[in-house]
Amino acid sequence: MYPSRFKYESPKTIVEAIKLLDAGKGDAKVLAGGQSLVPMLKLRFAFPDQIVDINNIPGLDYIRFDADGSLHIGALVRHEHLEKSVEISMRQPTIAAAAPLVADPIVRARGTFVGSVCHADPQGDWAATMIALHGSIVVQGPKGKRTIAMKDFVLGPYANSLNYNEIAIEAVIPAPKGVARGGYLKLERRVGDFATASVAVALDMSGDTVLNAGFALAGVGGKTIDANEAASALIGQKLTEATIAKAAQLVAALAEPRTDHRGSAEYKRHIVETFVKRILVANSAQKVA
Amino acid sequence: MSSLYEEINTPPASDIPVRRVTINVNGEARTANVEPRLLLAHLLRQGFKLTGTHTGCDTTNCGACTVLFDGRPIKSCTMFAVQADGHDVQTVEGLASASELHPLQEGFKQEHALQCGFCTPGMMMAAKALLEENLNPTEDEIRWALSGNLCRCTGYQNIVKAVLWAAEKMRAELN
Ligand SMILES: Cc1cc2nc3c(=O)[nH]c(=O)nc-3n(C[C@H](O)[C@H](O)[C@H](O)COP(=O)(O)OP(=O)(O)OC[C@H]3O[C@@H](n4cnc5c(N)ncnc54)[C@H](O)[C@@H]3O)c2cc1C
Ligand code: FES
Ligand code: FES
Repeated sequence: MYPSRFKYESPKTIVEAIKLLDAGKGDAKVLAGGQSLVPMLKLRFAFPDQIVDINNIPGLDYIRFDADGSLHIGALVRHEHLEKSVEISMRQPTIAAAAPLVADPIVRARGTFVGSVCHADPQGDWAATMIALHGSIVVQGPKGKRTIAMKDFVLGPYANSLNYNEIAIEAVIPAPKGVARGGYLKLERRVGDFATASVAVALDMSGDTVLNAGFALAGVGGKTIDANEAASALIGQKLTEATIAKAAQLVAALAEPRTDHRGSAEYKRHIVETFVKRILVANSAQKVA
Repeated sequence: MSSLYEEINTPPASDIPVRRVTINVNGEARTANVEPRLLLAHLLRQGFKLTGTHTGCDTTNCGACTVLFDGRPIKSCTMFAVQADGHDVQTVEGLASASELHPLQEGFKQEHALQCGFCTPGMMMAAKALLEENLNPTEDEIRWALSGNLCRCTGYQNIVKAVLWAAEKMRAELN
């Protein structure tokens, strides 16, 4: 298989890349890790006139915690960079838990965090993670930069709110109010598969009290499921059997699973509830500072 | 040498220039004129006649086409040849020297780690990437590192043993 013909440019700056997208008037596509786009081009699900390869733009591969505690992930940070980052493993448990579960090691060596969020696959792990973490995407276009909250970024399956002449340049995760806790669990049929169901949980804790919480789901709906409203069961509370059960129930009720070759709708909803419980129990057992 | 999808039998579109790329393949600078849509796997196989890199699924799933790109494993069916311009690519052909097999190749032989052999080049390149980072991997780490490479014959047991064998030999060679 091979794609239909396209023109190819690999600009050295973001401004140059934006110019190319602008000139493409919607028929140009950004190429990041290519781990979703290239298969789509080969299957001819996508046939842009122009490919704008951003891999040669320097300075986009940073993972940075700012002094205020916010986390910034540049557009060329590959999945494996997050998987191997010591800082991430110490300071951002939801991302640390999800990173090794995205695709397989070879795809992780190339695919990018931001590219995955842009791709907005309903089964994608990073869009769910970003929603649970109340993240946002910084995008740049001909008129400058703007920041789009995750809840407004994913519009539907494979649809994001970028204009055709905008590039996502970084993902931002706000500083936790207390200590960042949380986790990510994913049920897959085999290692490297997309999710049958996955659950992202983000917790900001002070002692054993929950200051803020976030939940999102992948694989159990026509798009990434934003289950953040279930946080109401936990905010201001301690993680007890009762609050955990309530939160898990609320999250599971927000899933929109469909029966398919990966399992029945009931089964997937049950998995969601179980996974939320497991993550919350694991975090309640931790001796928090 | 020109590498286009000539089997399509249409002349290259005049508004899409063919690009000249130079890629360091197994330590040797190789040059080709490529259509932007030409996949790296196809340039290696059809253009450079390095047919050790296999294409199995052609959909980024099986890992048979794995090569090292600047030292990291990639699926060469999922990268365009133009993207490799100026970069370093290692294929299975680069493993052995004129007189000696690479410890991974020896290990695959010793431990009977292949049957049809289709997955083998990709397995060995993914294993090489692992051993470059970790010369003392556990069985679990090997299985994890090879989880993007599918084998329909062996059941993986002997592949894991072969990588353990190679790691041991490479450690011994260091001492
Ligand atoms: C075998 C296999 C298994 C996989 N399994 C999983 C899995 O389990 N979980 C999971 O989450 N994902 C999985 N993926 C997808 C993988 O994570 C991709 O890397 C990811 O979806 C896309 O990231 P990319 O950098 O490769 O983007 P690309 O493929 O380069 O781009 C994807 C889309 O996003 C756009 N885009 C990319 N970057 C930007 C940017 N900076 N600004 C604007 N637009 C941009 C592109 O134009 C394109 O439309 C799998 C992929 C494969 C091949
Ligand atoms: S041929 Fe490239 S992954 Fe299967
Ligand atoms: S030996 Fe046949 S596919 Fe692995």
